[in-house]
Order: sequence, then structure tokens, then C-alpha cells
Amino acid sequence: MILAGLSNLSGISTLAMAIGQQITMKHIVGTWIAAFLTICIFSFLYDDNPLYKFAEHLFVGVSAGYIIATTYRNVMVPNLYGNIKTGVMILVKTGSFQWQYLSFILAGVMGIMLLMKLVPKFNWIARWPLSFMVGTASGLGIVFTMEALVLKQVDATLVPLLVRTASNSIQWSSTVQNWFMVLGVCSGLIYFYFSKEHKGLFFGTFSRIGIYVLMMAFGAAFGYTVMARVSLLIGRMLFFRDQWWPVFKATFGIEG
Amino acid sequence: MFEKLQNLDRRWIFLFVLLSVIIPLLFPLGLKLHTSPPVEDIYNYIENLPEESVILVSFDYGPSTEIELNPAAKAVVRHAFRKKIKVVTMALWPMGAQMSQNVMKEVAEEFDAEYGRDYVNLGYKAGGSVLLLSLKSGFAQQFPTDVNNVPLSDLPLMNKVKDYNNCALVVSLSAGVPGIREYVLIVNTQFGKTMAGACTAVTAPEMYTFLNSGQLMGLMGGLKGAAEYEKLVGIEGNARKGMDAQSVVHLVIVLFIILSNIIYFVGEYRRKRME
Repeated sequence: MILAGLSNLSGISTLAMAIGQQITMKHIVGTWIAAFLTICIFSFLYDDNPLYKFAEHLFVGVSAGYIIATTYRNVMVPNLYGNIKTGVMILVKTGSFQWQYLSFILAGVMGIMLLMKLVPKFNWIARWPLSFMVGTASGLGIVFTMEALVLKQVDATLVPLLVRTASNSIQWSSTVQNWFMVLGVCSGLIYFYFSKEHKGLFFGTFSRIGIYVLMMAFGAAFGYTVMARVSLLIGRMLFFRDQWWPVFKATFGIEG
Repeated sequence: MFEKLQNLDRRWIFLFVLLSVIIPLLFPLGLKLHTSPPVEDIYNYIENLPEESVILVSFDYGPSTEIELNPAAKAVVRHAFRKKIKVVTMALWPMGAQMSQNVMKEVAEEFDAEYGRDYVNLGYKAGGSVLLLSLKSGFAQQFPTDVNNVPLSDLPLMNKVKDYNNCALVVSLSAGVPGIREYVLIVNTQFGKTMAGACTAVTAPEMYTFLNSGQLMGLMGGLKGAAEYEKLVGIEGNARKGMDAQSVVHLVIVLFIILSNIIYFVGEYRRKRME
């Protein structure tokens, strides 16, 4: 029946649907595949099964293939081959070597060295570009992380503990909020201070408050995680409602 | 009955959650949606930009988080085109380039925006923080061509937009690393560019710290944030369509948490009495 519907559609070539889209044969086949794979993935909720495994492996394979192809086309071709080619052309035409192109040759060589990881006999060669990458990332990470994630964040906690309005009266909402934030940050840090036992009036009380602050943060994170996972489900259901259902009707010739 | 509830198969919960999503999608409840200051701030900032300004939108996500970030992307780009603001897109994620293609094509058709004059897709480049750092010396150095391998010099918009200085706002649509965090580290902190973000709900709690410190001027967190922006722009996109279901599912999950806690404590009480 599906095949009959599809062959019927291929004769028409396109259909104008209620949702305002032109539904083509490519669209119909793509939507049916997407619907089938979505159900395959959701079938895991009932139990592990071969259909789920098939969809999972297909997803991993297609993703890896897509990333390799995109990186080759968008990064290696214009940024590596393109620049090396320009350097070689200049060398051939003028006879002088432009030193700025050396960095691209070095990057290409290091890329090839990294691929040596695949050859067991020469996999030690891959350690050199890897150590270069680790060193660069660490150097950049330390400098920028310190400024953006430590100093700026500390700066953001240096807030007035008594906020006044323009008429010099106390603005209670901001004052309470600032107290809560400063106490929350300090007690959270005290909880992670391990050189002193968490006992007594100061360390005992504040580390206890620190736990509550952390629990609140975990609660917020959990709530947002639930929202994210539900959003993914909503996304697939919207796909079934807005994209698959019109295609289903077109496939089986259902009107209305 | 009580023992049955204690050992309830979790697949019943999945079924309830599924029904809580499907029913509001088929029969919308029209629940009210309120906008929040972090989302309003982005809207107001773009609203007050002069015509012909340029915003840089980075698509740092893939198809798996499309439902959360595509609505935000479409809403921001629609708002920009409505205000006759130019849009340059790029991607720190390989699949982001295609996400950008899809969103820009759809929205550009609505506003009759022309590629190369009103918007440009620079495509994907690897490197994360290192790439963002090197873009300071000009987009053309790292992006000699756009996503379709057209040289930037052939695109009229890119003759005006050379580096971050020509962009009035940088928006990162981020599903993880690299994403908003890298933009804050480099583009905001090092180069002082005004930044806004849209992120998946999972990463939102971490991103709110950047909002509090002023490193982000606005933030759209998850589907809710995108729905708020859609409301401000006045469109009925996928985010707003999904918010009824989102609210109902949250209510169902809260009820399940309360119910399971009651069952647990009653069970404990009974066990102790038996002992």
C-alpha cells in the first residue's frame, strides 16, 4: 500500500500541503526514514533490541562520516591546501619563499604525525604533536580561564551588602539577594576547605550551609536537565505531528 | 496495591510522560508564558541597534539539540532581518554549519534577504578558543571562503565586516563545548565584545553565572528561553508550541516525585512496624 502511494506520488512529482510546504519524493522518503529511526531509538525504553542497536550504530557512523567530510571540506581544503598552494605558487612565480606559509606546512606535517597513532610501530611520533596541542591548550586555558572564570566571577560577588535606593531608603530585595549570594559563595568554599575538620561554630555551621547551597544548585541543575530531556521528546513529537503526519496522509492518499 | 506501586515498572512512568507530551500537543491548553529579564535584555538590545548593523551568530550545536536551539536561532535572525540588521553566521561545531544553512534559508526566504548582501554563512572551522582568538586579526584569515567555498572578497557584506569590531553583538547558540564558555573567555573577556547566548537547558545553570557577572548581557535558557524570545518577536514557533507539553510533563514529574517519596516513607514505616 505504501509502495502504491509512493509510486502514485512520484507521478505527480510534488504536492502542495496544508502546512505550506512542497512535499517532494525526497521529502517523503527522508521523513519516513526519520520516523522509522525515531521509533527505533524510542524502542529502547521498552527494552534493548536489535532495531535500537541498528539506529544507534547508524547514528554514530553517519555522524563520524559527516564530521570527517565537513572538516576536510571546510577546514583542510581552504585553510591548509589553499594556503600551501598559494605559498608554492608565489615560490614558483617569484622564486622567493614567503615565511608566513611555513606555519601551514608545519601544521600539515604535525597532522600527518598525529595520524601515526594508527601505525603501531610509529605511534610514538604522534606524541609530539599531541604534546604541542596539550601545551597550547594549557597555556591558553590558564591565562584566559583565570581572568574570565576566576577574577570576573570573584568580582561579581563583591556586591554591596546594604543596597539603598535613590531616596536613601534600604532596598530590601537587592540587599537580601546580595547577602544570600555572598553567604552562599563563602559557605560553599568553606565546604570545600579540607585542611580543617568541619566542626565547631564557624566551620561546622558554614560547611552545613554550604551543603544546602550545593543541594540547591544540584536541584536547579536537575530541573533544567529534566526540561532538556523533555524538550527532546517534544521535538520528536512535533516532528511526528507537523512533518510526518502530512507525509503519512500524502503517502496513503488521505485527504483533509 | 501498595506492593505493586513499590515495584512499579518504570515503563509505566515513560508511558505517562509520553501521554503528557502528546495530549497537550494535540489539544493545546494555551497556558500563559511570561518573559524574563535575561531574554528581554537581548530583545531590547537588538531592537535598539541601528539599521545596517551587523550581528555575529555562532551555531555551536548539532541536530541532537535542534529542538532547543533552532527556535532561538530563528527568532533572533527574524528579529534582526525585521530590523534590517545584517547577520554573519559561523559554527564551532561541524554540524552547526548545516544548522545555520537550514535556519538562514528558511528565514531569508520570509524576508527576501539576499545571500552575500544581507547575510553570510562562514561555515565551520575547528579550533574552538584558538580559532576565536585568531579571528581578532580578521575573519578572512581563518575563513578565506564561506561555507560554499566562495572567497569572502566576492561577498559584499564581508567587505564591510572584517573582524569582531564590525559586529555590534555576538550571539552564541551553544549546546556545550566549544560554545558560550569559549566566547566568554575570548570574545567578551579579552576583546570586550557585547555577548548574548542561547543554550540548552542542561548547560543553562552554568551559563547563568556569566549572566550574573555581566559577561553575558542576556541569555535564553533551553526551550523556555527560546519560547520567550518567540513571544517577544511575535511568532508562534516550535518553542511556543512545545511549552504547554513542557509544563504538563513537569507537573506530572513533580507528582511522581511526591508520590514515590510517600510510597518510600510509608514503606519504611511499615517495615519498621513489622520488625
